[in-house]
Parts: sequence; structure tokens; C-alpha cells
Amino acid sequence: MGPAAKSSAGDPVEHLFRHESGRLVAALTRVFGFHNLALAEDVVQDALCRALEVWKHHGMPDNPSAWLMTTAKNHAIDVLRRERTARTFAPELTRLLESEWTFRPTIEAAFGAHAIQDDELRMMFSCVDPRLTEEAQVALILHILCGFSVGEVANAFLCSAAAAEKRITRAKKLLATAPRLFELADAADFQSRLTAVHRALYLLFNEGYHGANSKTAVRVELCREAMRLATLLHEHSLAATPPTLALLALMCLHAARMPARVDERGSLSLLPDQDRSQWNQQLIAQGQKLLEDSATGDAVSEYHVEAAIAWCHASAPTAGQTNWEQIIALYDTLLRLRPSPVIALNRAIAIAQHAGPEAGLTAIRAISDCERLSTYPFYPMALGELELQCGRFCSARLHFTTALALARNPTEQRFMESRINACSGQS
Amino acid sequence: MSEFLYIYRGGMRDFRKQSPEEMQQVMQKWMTWMQGLAEKGHLKDRGHPLEPDGKLVSGKNVTDGPYAEKDLVGGFSLVEAKDLAQAAELSKGCPILERGGAVEVRPIMQM
Repeated sequence: MGPAAKSSAGDPVEHLFRHESGRLVAALTRVFGFHNLALAEDVVQDALCRALEVWKHHGMPDNPSAWLMTTAKNHAIDVLRRERTARTFAPELTRLLESEWTFRPTIEAAFGAHAIQDDELRMMFSCVDPRLTEEAQVALILHILCGFSVGEVANAFLCSAAAAEKRITRAKKLLATAPRLFELADAADFQSRLTAVHRALYLLFNEGYHGANSKTAVRVELCREAMRLATLLHEHSLAATPPTLALLALMCLHAARMPARVDERGSLSLLPDQDRSQWNQQLIAQGQKLLEDSATGDAVSEYHVEAAIAWCHASAPTAGQTNWEQIIALYDTLLRLRPSPVIALNRAIAIAQHAGPEAGLTAIRAISDCERLSTYPFYPMALGELELQCGRFCSARLHFTTALALARNPTEQRFMESRINACSGQS
Repeated sequence: MSEFLYIYRGGMRDFRKQSPEEMQQVMQKWMTWMQGLAEKGHLKDRGHPLEPDGKLVSGKNVTDGPYAEKDLVGGFSLVEAKDLAQAAELSKGCPILERGGAVEVRPIMQM
């Protein structure tokens, strides 16, 4: 079993429809062909409707996944028989589906457990089509593989339903021009697509972890979905590369801190102030093991470095006992791999922890492209925090006021207000 | 104790437009409600859901469904209750009511 939290025995059906929807759409798309994606989605929706009607009377069957799969398969057989003269289906299966001799075995093979798992992965690789923007790739993964409706995708990214609809519809149209699901054995494109999948899952996880949506439930779900899909990669022999392991390690180590990020009053709690006894030790152990296992081969990915930073935090008994020197060195490496003002800001904060607030402020002032942080609330927040530590309350208050204006949700607003109050108490 | 038939009408609107998560939530509400009836000894027979299509035979005419959505019978169950008032009271927890549907409660005529 992978590290993504699977549902416990007491609640065996959590998000079942959502996850089965993604698996079945992938399997059906393989049989129907990408140009019939909408048909695949209809068949799955129909299977879920039937499950809803039958299960509400009779309760859940012993194996709900198998029940849904059989229902979807039978419906697919009807569709294939009824429409095989009117429509074309997956080109590579056309001949097999035309003959009665091969029809059944082809369908049965397509719905085997292994085949479905492969199809889920192939759909993931298809969704990161290089012709799509990263935002569209992530939205598509959430929609097709995680069973999020357009409205739920919009809610997750705090965009309008119309914008999400437009983005997803366009992306689907583009995918429909692909002849078939991505072929995992296609060695030429595999590595670049795998890198794009990593990136998309990383963005999905980050949206849950740092995103603007203030609803904890939504954020936890996004992180969980990213971890579930990363676990699928990890379970597949071709996709379980060192960066995959490092990415999953990174997710585990960050997810371990989630319970402590918001305190009992719903207020944001920054890393140094978190109650470390609330960190999930099981996830930390899983993250550590994955990080160790990822240390093979000669390529160091950004995920390796980020996971190593997360591990430094996770393994420190208190904020004061953190190995800041090592963290600064890791940030230096990360900046070389992926230059970004946000990473530079985090590095400066680590320098402040290690060498004091003045050193931190110097490091922040040295960030070359800091104008790209002009709408990022944690940039003035960090400046304010360090000014406050230097005893310059007026300056600190100004920065926190700027941060408050940039806050993206009530949780951040409350946090910035509390920092402004901290300045007043002292001046 | 007397027996009553619950006839579930309507409330199936828009299921096709719902997300998998929303559908699962509706299903779980139904399962919880049915389980509650069963645990209190009121559920005589869980009954069955019905397919939405069918035939209407009237006089010499045989016509196809569909029927008007709000009248469409989606399923039925058999419950036991002290009297009609209690049977009606018990039906108030049915999740179909949240979706604009109705439960028709009919006493079974005794032999």
C-alpha cells in the first residue's frame, strides 16, 4: 500500500465515486478512443447513477469497485454493439471489436485490474500534453482523473465556473485530436511527459498546501489527490523513478505538518510556532524512507532538494534545533536548479533564523527579481517580521499593512491583523 | 404494527449533471436513512429502485414512458409502523425530500 492515506476500514467508501470515475473514464477512453471521451464520461456517469439508485436501497455490495466496473463494462458493450457501424472507436482495437470471436476477450482484457491501472497512468500522461498550459493540465487531471466537476475545479482554484468550463472544454477538445491514450512504452516521449506529470502533481499539491482557498477541507483534498496520483506513479515499474520517489517524499513530509498549520481557532500557524507533537509521524517516516530510496542514479531533481529541506524541518525536535546551515545550502542548490524569487525569499528567511534578522533583511534586499513578489503577501510579511525582530515597529507595521492588503483569504487576513497588533503592543 | 408502502416520487432531477462526489453524498444519506429505519425495526423490506422507462397500458393503448419527472416513481420500500401518522413521520427523514421529491405513504390493506 502506498503512503497516500487510503480510507480506513470504518469508512470504506470515502471519495469512492470520485476515484472510480477517474479509473473508469480512463479505461473506457482506451476502448472508445480519445475522440469519444464525452461518450466515456457519459457511460461512467450512468454507472454511478445506477450505483446510487441500487445501493441506496440495497446497501453497498461487497466489492463496490468491481460492481461499478462490471456495470460500466456492460454498458460499454451495449454502446459498442449498437454504434459500431455509426462511430469509429479506438483505432488499434477496431478490428478486434468487429469480430464476434475477439470482441469479448478484447473487452475483458481492457477491464482487467492491471489494464485499468495502466490506463489511469496513460490518461495522466495524456493530460500533460505539451500543447496545454500547466494550469490547463492540472485542471484536466483534477477533472478527468479525480472526478472533480467543473464547479469543483473552479472552487478549488477560486476561479469562476465559466473560466474553469472554458479551460476544461478547450483542453478536452485538444486531447480529442490525439489518436489514443499516451503509450507508456513510447520511450521517446516518456521522460519528458513524466517530468510534466511530476510538475502537474507538484502544482496540484502546492495549490492545496499554499493556495488561496481558505477552506481547509478543499485544500486537504487537493493534497490527497496529488498524493494518490503520485502513489500510482510510484507503484508502476516504469514511472517509479528517483524523482517520482522524491516528489512523493516531499508530499509526505509536507502533508505531515498539515494538522499543525492551522491552530484550534482556525488561525494560520507558521512553521517555527507550530505544535510539533501534531505532526504526523507516520507520514514523516514514510517520507524519510522514500527520500532514502530516491537517492539513486546521478540526477538530483528539485524534488530531491525540496524533500531534503522538508526532512530537515521534520526531523528537528524544535525550531531552534533546526539545522539552518544545511537548509541554506539546500536552498542554494534549489536556486541553481529552479531560480525563483519565492525560493530566494525562503532562503533569506532561513538566513535570518541562522544569522539574525539583519542578515535576513540583507538577503531579502539582494533578491534580484523581487518585483515578481509584489503581490505575494508573504513577502511584506517576512520584511515586517524581521523589522519587528529588529525593534523597528513603525517599519514593521507598514510592511504588515501592505501584507494585509494582499491577503488572499480570511485566514491570511486574520494572521496579518494579528501581526499589526503585535507592533502596536510594543510601540 | 401495521405495514405501509413508501413510494418514492420525483427527486431524480439533475443527477446526470452532478459530480461523482455529490452523487456519493446523496447515496450515503439514503444509506444512513435506510439503516436508521432498519435499526429501529421499521424496515420490513428495502424494496427496489425502478428503471425510468416503461410502458403505460391503458384501454387498448400501449404507450412508452417517459412520465412527468415529478410524478415518476423511482422506487418503493415496505415499512412497519404503529399507525399512518408514525409512518408519515418516519418518512420525513427521507433524503428525496431535499431534492424536491416526495414520499407517498400508503397503508397496506390487511387480509
